[in-house]
Amino acid sequence: MSEQQNADEWSSATRVGEALRRRREQIAQRWADAQLFRTVFTVSRDEAVEACRAVLDALADVADAGATEDVDAPGFQAVREQLARMSASRARTGLNPAQIAAEVAALRSPAVEHLSAELDREPDAVVHGALLELTVLMGTLRLVVMETALTEGHELISRQRQQLLEIATPVIKLWDGVVAVPLIGTLDSARSQVVMESLLEAIVAQQARYAILDITGVPTVDSLVAQHLMKTVAAARLMGAECVVSGVRPAIAQTIVHLGIDLGGVVTRASLADALAFALRGLGAGVAASPQPAAQR
Amino acid sequence: MTDRLTRLPQVQVPVLRLEDALLVTIQGDLQDTSAERLQADVLRHVAENPTAAVIIDISAVEVVDSFLGRVLAEIAAGAGLLAAQTIVVGMRPSVAITMVELGLSLPGVRTARDLQSSLSMLRESPASVHERGERGLDDTHRY
Amino acid sequence: MTPIGTDAHRGSPTHLPIRSDMDLMWIRQEVRQMAAQAGFSLVQQTKLVTAVSELARNALVHGGGGHMDAAVVREGAHTGVRLVFTDSGPGIADIDQAMSDGYTSGGGLGLGLGGARRLVHDFRLDSEPGRGTTVTITMWQGSVPPTRQAL
Repeated sequence: MSEQQNADEWSSATRVGEALRRRREQIAQRWADAQLFRTVFTVSRDEAVEACRAVLDALADVADAGATEDVDAPGFQAVREQLARMSASRARTGLNPAQIAAEVAALRSPAVEHLSAELDREPDAVVHGALLELTVLMGTLRLVVMETALTEGHELISRQRQQLLEIATPVIKLWDGVVAVPLIGTLDSARSQVVMESLLEAIVAQQARYAILDITGVPTVDSLVAQHLMKTVAAARLMGAECVVSGVRPAIAQTIVHLGIDLGGVVTRASLADALAFALRGLGAGVAASPQPAAQR
Repeated sequence: MTDRLTRLPQVQVPVLRLEDALLVTIQGDLQDTSAERLQADVLRHVAENPTAAVIIDISAVEVVDSFLGRVLAEIAAGAGLLAAQTIVVGMRPSVAITMVELGLSLPGVRTARDLQSSLSMLRESPASVHERGERGLDDTHRY
Repeated sequence: MTPIGTDAHRGSPTHLPIRSDMDLMWIRQEVRQMAAQAGFSLVQQTKLVTAVSELARNALVHGGGGHMDAAVVREGAHTGVRLVFTDSGPGIADIDQAMSDGYTSGGGLGLGLGGARRLVHDFRLDSEPGRGTTVTITMWQGSVPPTRQAL
């Protein structure tokens, strides 16, 4: 009895595989008009149809292998990358995973229609078994898409986080040999790491002898932030550049004193202008009180 | 200029003499024994000829661990006893970040971006670091 | 003790001896390559290789030599490099003291163990007097290591 059942299941899966192959063109044409493919492949309809064919071939392979419930079935391997691109593209337009799943679910009914038509001369029990098998297979496809969508979403988030960090820390060349980074917002570990790396890279790229860390836009300086600043200063020194911390507001100066934070040997200045003046004196550029050199008057 | 450059013998790491400065270029990964030999060689050269400064170019060095850090610091301390200052030039950003995390500083060592700036640094302040005037600069480049 | 490589899905485990300072160079080179292949940034590569240099030298100088096992490990979407340093030296009686900065039993700066711990994401030290020392470190690609629960 149970052997009989197994044989039936196996043959339902095979029937699904056969039907998908035989009706490949018709189903592909219907799918190409479905939301999921239509919105992803916007260049040409042929492109969408071609993508549908690839997915159908994969499904047929998975069905042939009797692995309709297996998310890791080798048959899916061929289209995994394509599915990832599709789900990523849908995610970019603002769809959440549940909505993407719904779009994949919508592919089921065209497939069901063609499977029923294909099997219309078979006894009810066979049609029933095959339809059940197809439903399972489409459910598995949905899981595969979800899986790739989630991985994709995860990567997107970390990529964006990295980009945000880099945008938030622009390094500016103020003068020949002087670079500065204006810090705005809270300095956490990840951010100060990026600040440190971009500043040190800029020191190399600009042959800078002075690097200014402007903390005017940093709301508070606690001992952790101070530690980050000190590390950056120390690393810059090892590379042969001098770091100046500017934008130390009175309130922050007071906090630093209250917390007993030792900024040991770090050159600090009240404003970015003061820090630049300090750097220029060090470079021997000479800063006159008036912007016009006296000799020209 | 080039005829003043004399290649000093018996060293694996090239040590060149440029007027009264010794120029040491560490090329890539050093074996521990080579680093120790370098330390001895440099100090011998400083002792044998009047030397104002030892310039160590580490722009090709990808890793400075506590061992190499100690060798550099000891070269500086030894050279300092012989009245020569030590300038480490060209440290890579990744190496600087790692050294700071590791807790390594280079006591007694001055630093410069590149060879050029180390030479102008010597011209600007040929005196030993201890006798330098400007407070800011004094704090910065000395450890 | 966790045998290395059991949770490595890809990348064949590597076994390297630590018997001379020539071996230290080999190990640094090998780990640099592994880290680069695992997609580590230059700074991360440098931190890992520096930690490795400290630990391998430790095994050589204090443990009388030993070996390093290396493997690429994966946890979900995270890729990391896990390294195990084993020596059969005298072992460490007071681990806390050995981990603190400035403590040294060799001629170094005493930053070896504590410094190496600061450079990597995960650091585990097993040692008993007379039974050698095993140090296991893991570094994950990207700035955010997987949560401890995930491990």
